[in-house]
Amino acid sequence: MGYVAVSGGSEAIEASIRLLDYYRSGTDKDLDIETVAEKLSLLVDRVMGEAGLYSKTYAALALKQCEGCIEEAVFLLRAYRSTLTRNYYSNVLDSNNMRVVRRISSAFKDIEGGQILGATYDYTHRLINFEIGSEDAGALRMNVLEELNSQRPEEIAPCPRVSDELKKEGLIETVLPDKAEPFDITENLLEYPADRSARLQTLSRADTGFLSGLAYSSLRGFGGAHPTVGELRTGYVEVNVPYLFDEAQEIYLGEVLITEVEIFSEADDEDKLKLAVGYGAVFGRNENKAIAAAILDRELETGGPYPSQNEEFVLTHGDSLEMSGFLSHLKLPHYVTFQSKLDAVRKTRGGKA
Amino acid sequence: MNKNYNFAFIDEGSKREIRRTILKAVAIPGYQVPFGSRELPIGRGWGTGGIQITLSLIGPDDVLKVIDQGSDESVNAVNIKKFVGLCTDVRTTVKTSEATIIQTRHRIPETPLRNDQILVLQVPIPEPLRIVEASEEKTKKMHAEKDYAPMWLLLYESLIKYGKITLGTEYPLMVEGRYIMNPSPIPKFDNPKLNDSECLYLFGAGREKKIYAIPPHTLAESLAFEDVPFEKESFKGKRCRLCGSEDTYLDEMFDSSTGEKMYQCSDTSYCQEVRGCI
Repeated sequence: MGYVAVSGGSEAIEASIRLLDYYRSGTDKDLDIETVAEKLSLLVDRVMGEAGLYSKTYAALALKQCEGCIEEAVFLLRAYRSTLTRNYYSNVLDSNNMRVVRRISSAFKDIEGGQILGATYDYTHRLINFEIGSEDAGALRMNVLEELNSQRPEEIAPCPRVSDELKKEGLIETVLPDKAEPFDITENLLEYPADRSARLQTLSRADTGFLSGLAYSSLRGFGGAHPTVGELRTGYVEVNVPYLFDEAQEIYLGEVLITEVEIFSEADDEDKLKLAVGYGAVFGRNENKAIAAAILDRELETGGPYPSQNEEFVLTHGDSLEMSGFLSHLKLPHYVTFQSKLDAVRKTRGGKA
Repeated sequence: MNKNYNFAFIDEGSKREIRRTILKAVAIPGYQVPFGSRELPIGRGWGTGGIQITLSLIGPDDVLKVIDQGSDESVNAVNIKKFVGLCTDVRTTVKTSEATIIQTRHRIPETPLRNDQILVLQVPIPEPLRIVEASEEKTKKMHAEKDYAPMWLLLYESLIKYGKITLGTEYPLMVEGRYIMNPSPIPKFDNPKLNDSECLYLFGAGREKKIYAIPPHTLAESLAFEDVPFEKESFKGKRCRLCGSEDTYLDEMFDSSTGEKMYQCSDTSYCQEVRGCI
């Protein structure tokens, strides 16, 4: 037979999945989960953030299962979330009391609590280090631990925010804490105009590349923000859930590593005398994403004609799972729909002739 | 059945929430009810809205049929059946008449459905007005105000420009004279089956987080003008090369060795039934 009707799908799928094992097996060396979780931290952070599930081990496992594909790993973790019963909502995280590991401001040289450079690739020369190809992992680990242990840890006091000072001066609007129940984007359809809580959650889970590109477009001129990074802080914050039998108490669950960014920008055209703030928070050390989220928070607050200022455009199109799902569905057969399209085109041509 | 997961995968609280959404959809035919769509282990855009409906409705005694483009054997149909099987153990069938729940993508079976059957359609873009308005905020208002002028204008302009309405699949319908709805990418050929039907039609859009319904015996009319009636795809003078049917939706195929064009039923199980194979 000269044509191929798509049938016998079961065997084809089984064989395709076995072939994936061939690709995944790669070499006879194993990649253990701890190695992925601890040596590819930034990749793991990105996957946890876009999945909205904080578990280094599961993120590493997911990455191993899908040959390191970010979208697939996010997909695995998201699907896993759907099977878990949600027992608690945590109390609002208090990032004022963050155990800071890095904190910088591009707005002021001296900030209360001090700048802490922490770990960053920003000032490295991006030269491939060929020695890493044959390094002794054990020795490397021992060296860094030795250096760490020889130092006395400094007491870290909770730092005030850079924006607090500007608020005191009246340069930034002081807003009262919003006690309203936050919108939950994981259990509701996001409707527009969206609450700010919904916006910030959506940005926080969004695809890193999507946010970076949009924020970049805004910086280049397709937008209004001229942002300064008021503060970028990375560190550990406590997660607590309310104690059911006593409202005043809470139960400590553990801590998560997050990066928070506040950018400062002009308030708006009418009010050049004030500064406005954009905020972004993400899991792990995904700094550019946090900056991009903060820029977009500001752009969406202002609104305007550019893509980065269009709430529906920004918030609807950045979910990794949704974009990769819809794009990949184009690979499914579309015989019926295409036949209908053909019919419409042929009829139209017939009508013209 | 994989015992690590709940029956039908999704946790019971979420399933109940989806069933409540379905009830609301049935109560307001053609209206898109928002819901907290859950992530599934299947691609978002690959039928997750339909699957969530199926999973929230299915019980141990149900008999499931899944088709994709009319075919039970298509890779995606097989994949979905495999997934539901993995977490429920329900019986599956290819015979339309045997199924209690039929999940489908892009087709409605040729065999007429009964009042004890539910057809679940997978929907990529639930919003019928999306082709005239990109913003969800605006289309929501248009539905609320029954402002369907841009839609009618689109059809009219198509007529003026090309002498025909050039929409193919996803041809919009007016439900009970109130809401314009998107029947999902089924061909126009299948649109009339939605009107005054015996069975319940449920539409699920997972990525877009909407569920809507056409209950039995609901008026669902394909949009048309008084002097320009609605027109289906036509296969005049053509017949299925296997079963000889002349009244079914046909897939077109080429024999690459002879260059000959051939036609075959898109509903493969109907074709097999006509031939007495199943």
